[in-house]
Amino acid sequence: MTFALEGVKVLDLTHHIAGPYCTKLFADYGADVVKVERPDGGDPARRMGPFFHDDPHSEKSGLFLHLNTNKRSVTLNLKTTAGRGLLLDLVRDADILVENFSPRVMPSLGLDYATIEAVNPRLVMASISNYGATGPYRDYRMSEMTLYAMGGTMHATGLPEREPLKLALTVEQFYAGKVIAAAVMGALFGASRTGAGQHLDLALFEIMVGNQDRGAQANTIYKYNGNVPYRRGADSVRNILPVGVYPASDGYVQLFALQPRVWDRVCRMIDRPDLIDDPHFTEPKQFFGNMEVKAEVDALVLEWLLQHTKRDVMEKAQSVGYFCGALNSMEDVFNDPHLAARGYFATVDHPYTGPLRYPGAPFRMEHADWRAGRAPLLGEHTYEVLTERLGLSGPDLARLRAQGAI
Amino acid sequence: MAALSLPLAGIRIIDMTVVWAGPFATVLLGDMGAEIVRIDSLQHHDVNTRGNPNITSEQVRSQGGGVFPNGDPGADPWNRSASFNTTGRNKKSITIDLTRPEGMAVFFRLVERSDVFIENNAPDVVNRLGLGWDVLKRVNPRLVMISMPAFGGTGPYHHFRAYGANMEAVVGHTLLRGYPDTDPTNTTNVFFADATGGAAAAFAVVTALYQRDRTGEGQFIDMSLAENVGHTFSQAMMDYSMNGRVQTTLGNRDPSRAPQGVYPCAGDDSWLAISCRDDAEFAALCSVMGRLDLAADPRFAGTLARYHHQDELDAAIAAWTAGQDHYTAFHLLQQAGVTAAPVLTIPEVAADPHLHARGMWQRVEHPATGAHAYLGPIAGHLSKTPLRIWAPAPLLGQDNEYLYREVLGYSEEEYRWFVDHDFAGDLYIDVRERRRAAEQAASVGTVDK
Repeated sequence: MTFALEGVKVLDLTHHIAGPYCTKLFADYGADVVKVERPDGGDPARRMGPFFHDDPHSEKSGLFLHLNTNKRSVTLNLKTTAGRGLLLDLVRDADILVENFSPRVMPSLGLDYATIEAVNPRLVMASISNYGATGPYRDYRMSEMTLYAMGGTMHATGLPEREPLKLALTVEQFYAGKVIAAAVMGALFGASRTGAGQHLDLALFEIMVGNQDRGAQANTIYKYNGNVPYRRGADSVRNILPVGVYPASDGYVQLFALQPRVWDRVCRMIDRPDLIDDPHFTEPKQFFGNMEVKAEVDALVLEWLLQHTKRDVMEKAQSVGYFCGALNSMEDVFNDPHLAARGYFATVDHPYTGPLRYPGAPFRMEHADWRAGRAPLLGEHTYEVLTERLGLSGPDLARLRAQGAI
Repeated sequence: MAALSLPLAGIRIIDMTVVWAGPFATVLLGDMGAEIVRIDSLQHHDVNTRGNPNITSEQVRSQGGGVFPNGDPGADPWNRSASFNTTGRNKKSITIDLTRPEGMAVFFRLVERSDVFIENNAPDVVNRLGLGWDVLKRVNPRLVMISMPAFGGTGPYHHFRAYGANMEAVVGHTLLRGYPDTDPTNTTNVFFADATGGAAAAFAVVTALYQRDRTGEGQFIDMSLAENVGHTFSQAMMDYSMNGRVQTTLGNRDPSRAPQGVYPCAGDDSWLAISCRDDAEFAALCSVMGRLDLAADPRFAGTLARYHHQDELDAAIAAWTAGQDHYTAFHLLQQAGVTAAPVLTIPEVAADPHLHARGMWQRVEHPATGAHAYLGPIAGHLSKTPLRIWAPAPLLGQDNEYLYREVLGYSEEEYRWFVDHDFAGDLYIDVRERRRAAEQAASVGTVDK
């Protein structure tokens, strides 16, 4: 096995979702990620569902198990002098430190960047917080919903007569974790060339406001001409092309067209090549914004869709070049032939759950592996890491334990 | 202290990305100091990225102004699209005609002098052009190439074409969002795949560059945007894997946070999001609303109980929010320790005091659109090398002279040849020809008079 991030030492002081997802990416591509957890219960994600066989046990959270693959868990009580000292000892030969405490915590523990930098000037330190380390909202709370709410996109998501709607589960925190992983790796790349580390102040709010799912563009459009996106349900085009979610015989499909010049593909999809040049549909007055003609097209498309399964619709649409995807359930996804052919799901074994299928590599590198290791048990590697990294011995560890540091 | 160079200083990236996902990846890399060289062409319209070059003022008016400054597409709409000019920051533009051998030679010379080639075109476009990895790795074995089509480079769907909304459907996101009580046909088209895929691609590129610094070797990266999306809802994936349970949409609710919802405030279409983490937050919410009776009600004791009785709670909360300004209520609740947020509109995002205090808006002069405030780099607060918008989005072919002459080392004479033969230029050939024809017709008309 060869890993792109072989030898990269990461001190991971993150919990919940965005931070752990970032360090999961590092660990899955080979970095040595030491996850520092509080001795009393560890990462709160251990207590977040869903749980294996619905047993709310701290080693059985599916969310935690997926977010913390390939990491080593060390319990340290950073509120003790000895615990803080151990952390600074670990900083000495680390490459990256990532934390997502609220902005006041690290300085109050005496672990501000100046202190860290004095110990290891090459280290890249990343502080992830809701709103950043400065500014009027610095100490405010956040959840997936309020993150999405403040990003500017939620207001335009949903039906006009209903309340704005978030996306699924906690997807935006995973998105933020990816942006952060790119930023931290960029800083590490720079530090590896210049010898100088630095501190990153990463705000989930800002990552959300500049998100490429409509928000980033909408910010500039507003500055350019005052236009503001609004909630309009599935209606997003001003022509007769079928765009949005449509029913099929056994479920639904998502159709989409960005450019107007694909009417012929719609006709071919529904086996009506005779309509390709029919001026009733193709005349600009009819094609653009004529709601009666749009309703006629929808009726024709629906009639055909309801005679075909969502899979058949997807195959047929793709064969004529019309953009389409079946709305798959988790059961469909786990049985999807394409994902199976690519080996997307990886089997990961774990002492509390046995082997389970997890989502696999987010990208495949020609000369580097992605690994399917498991998440650590709470404190599983405390002795291993402290003896290996800091050369501590049995009596040292017993003393630290007695002091409540580990 | 001497100025530290930017994290990706000295890295040159060939950017042949389209639409949203790819340009988002390269803007993250450009923000960190990589030199992003966007491949444009005078012969080929990249309508999904720079927009339709033939769009008329009338069409733009019928779209309510579209993406253009003051709703005016001007004479060069491809330089004036808000969408392109957002992710175009900190990038350069070169024009090359890849369908002619001389253009291929230019491209290969650029590959020799670059570190990364990134593309997210429809499947097989790059191979058809003769720019596949088997070719490029011989030109520059240190190159990192990443292709990021919808479903990856292998497997039965590898030739499928999809935008974010289509990919998300296939991998399961679409059925996990939406209102719980409406038909899926009401689902808003979203493009989360572009955001999450672009970010992952930026991470993949830097990871491969880091490895290359140690091994001296470039490599190819195969990324499926759909598979990337599949990483972002662990809870649903793992629930199926662990328990065989097929999750469906919860709308705005969450069994681990209750009450959680969006409530109407005073004013038109104005909303407040509230998301109670625990009993303490719920008690604080009740206190702010002056409804301590709710905190004492056994139906609402504990998160799960509140989740099961949220309809009753929602009515009480909405009755309170109806008289509140959403921003004022946000501060009131946050200062009492309740997780809450105004559902910001885009104008409210633009005016938000926190983003201003953090220096997130930067006024940038763009040669075709004038001066506007743009949102700066989204992960830009680096202590020693803060990231900024150093350059506005490039005009078509804006950096030809620098790239052909300085980077690729062509002589003045050779560069003139590329200009004269419609490789290097700043106007699409068909647009130029149409304008010439119109001018001739006009001058003929003048003579006739």
